[in-house]
Amino acid sequence: MNDMRLIERAVDMNDIKISARNVQVYYGDTHAIKDVDVDIADKTVTAFIGPSGCGKSTFLRTLNRMNDTIASCRVEGKILIDQEDIYDPRVDPVQLRAKVGMVFQKPNPFPKSIYDNVAYGPKIHGLARSKADLDEIVEKALRRGAIWDEVKDRLQSPGTGLSGGQQQRLCIARAVATEPEVLLMDEPCSALDPIATAQVEELIDELRQSYSVVIVTHSMQQAARVSQKTAFFHLGNMVEYDETGKIFTNPEDPRTESYISGRIG
Amino acid sequence: MTDASADRSADGHSRAKTSLLQLDVRTKKRNAAEARFKAYGVVAIAIGLFFLIALLTAIVSNGTRAFTQTFVTMDVTLDAQKLDPDGTGDPEVISKTTTFGYGGIIDAALEQTLAARGITTEIAVGDLDQMLSSGAAAEIRRAVLDDTSLVGQTVTFEVLASSRVDGYLKGRVTRESLARDRNLSPEHLDVVDALQEAGLVERRFNWAFITGSDASESRPEQAGIGVSMIGSFFMMLVVLVLSLPIGVATSIYLEEFAPQNRITDFIEVNISNLAAVPSIVFGILGLAIFIQVAHLPQSAPLVGGLVLTLMTLPTIIISTRASLKSVPPSIRDAALGVGASKMQSIFHHVLPLAMPGILTGTILGLAQALGETAPLLLIGMVGFIASNYPDGIAEGFLSPNSAMPAQIYEWAKRADPAYYERAWGGIIILLLFLMTMNIIAILLRRRFERRW
Repeated sequence: MNDMRLIERAVDMNDIKISARNVQVYYGDTHAIKDVDVDIADKTVTAFIGPSGCGKSTFLRTLNRMNDTIASCRVEGKILIDQEDIYDPRVDPVQLRAKVGMVFQKPNPFPKSIYDNVAYGPKIHGLARSKADLDEIVEKALRRGAIWDEVKDRLQSPGTGLSGGQQQRLCIARAVATEPEVLLMDEPCSALDPIATAQVEELIDELRQSYSVVIVTHSMQQAARVSQKTAFFHLGNMVEYDETGKIFTNPEDPRTESYISGRIG
Repeated sequence: MTDASADRSADGHSRAKTSLLQLDVRTKKRNAAEARFKAYGVVAIAIGLFFLIALLTAIVSNGTRAFTQTFVTMDVTLDAQKLDPDGTGDPEVISKTTTFGYGGIIDAALEQTLAARGITTEIAVGDLDQMLSSGAAAEIRRAVLDDTSLVGQTVTFEVLASSRVDGYLKGRVTRESLARDRNLSPEHLDVVDALQEAGLVERRFNWAFITGSDASESRPEQAGIGVSMIGSFFMMLVVLVLSLPIGVATSIYLEEFAPQNRITDFIEVNISNLAAVPSIVFGILGLAIFIQVAHLPQSAPLVGGLVLTLMTLPTIIISTRASLKSVPPSIRDAALGVGASKMQSIFHHVLPLAMPGILTGTILGLAQALGETAPLLLIGMVGFIASNYPDGIAEGFLSPNSAMPAQIYEWAKRADPAYYERAWGGIIILLLFLMTMNIIAILLRRRFERRW
């Protein structure tokens, strides 16, 4: 028990939440991710950028083992969250996903009420002891999702009736309701208009206070706006990984520079 | 820009300058083709509608007559001398007079009735009762046994007329057609006319057709579809209870859990093939397995239900899988993303969304099973007279019975045109059931449909 504490403390000090070593991902015979090594810090927004099909979404989905649902997908290498290998046979992906929440490209609220959407996660994980408890969790999550004020009077109306931007914030609220430690976002703003995008980006910045956020985005401006660290993926390789400012102003690899200046992608 | 246009005209590819106000030849052709195609569609729909209307008209015009029946009202003197000579009032004694023994009483009653109305005829007294159903005597006897105090009194009875008389009132039987009929003579019809004028012969709605049981070949006027309706009901119960859970569980496993390999491919192909197998094949399979191997009783709704379950399963599995497939993957992702297990994501999110499709498929499968005749032929649910209501629920499953379509088939097979009419009537009832089931399917679909 004491040992565990020590390790946790060490992590806090190093501030490293996820570390991937020599990760390879295959879809059947296709080698989709090649030799990715990355350390993702806690309480930071890390952005993955790169042209379509470069593997950034695939890599994101290996972090909470969503790729398990694809039969032909195979992952090699080590991915450690808090020094624990998430591909260890003893790890149940269901438990992992409670710890590593995910927000998808297209807003996908359940066809249920706003309340039930947020309450679902805490319910199945047994986080609430009573109805009042659950109410509190739901309110807190909706406040964190920056949508509480808009929906507090209609918690029982269907979540699918909200606008696109509201739906996406509802999905973020749903993801944070289970008290995850890492939040993965797969192009969360690609289906949203600029105003909704601005709201979600603001929200991402706030979420940084409590979580390690990993965001995949097609928009370099977005990466520059919300992230502290940026990784550039190209053809399945992680080409460069550094401070966001450095990547955008002074990249080391010529491929990164070409992409950022719009010559490839 | 100028270069490009010069090039094009040099190649001869440039378009001639045309007016938008004038249709060119190609456009005219395309429009004509479109108009022709629309016309084909309208013609196809018109033909379909014509046949539908023809079918419905035929069914209604032929079938509605089966719902009415001709009754004869007469005063019957229940002669104590004949029924209970010693005046004991003992049901035992009274029941000793068989149905046959009531023949004389009926003859006397008819003679009296005619005399009272001043109707004269040349028919011998003993032949008058040919106007009545041969079940009339049994009907009167039953009334007497139910209430022995009737003995010695004169009671007014309404008894069924024979099917020939009924056919005469319905226009099916004419004097010419009776010329060579042994059961009724044209003179009888004169009597019927006179009685009808006196208000003693009347054609009216006959509940017994809906609630009653089948009757022997010579008494079509007594036959009803009620008992076989019960048979169909118990069969449907078996089908629903077995095929819904088995079908849905199979589909969920195949669609969500089963690994994709040769075995599951093989199973999938075979399920699709089974849906196309003629139903009579399922009938002989049921005969071989359920009756010859498992020794379940013949002609029992339980066996019928099992056979129809086999037949309905592919339909249910295919429609359930289709509706599971149509649930967007984003919902599964969402559920897995918040840490739901696979089973939770299926039962909490996917299944409720697939429910309308599953229910519709199930009800349509049931409707198909309800109308199925061929497999029932092979397990013996036709060819006998389903004359008794089952005594209880267990009896309902196990005692020999028929089913509605099998009953209709049986009636259509019989020689008497009166039965042909009843077959049409039975079809109306069957169609009403099918329509009800389809309406329920639509309502359920509406009720459960949710957007995402």
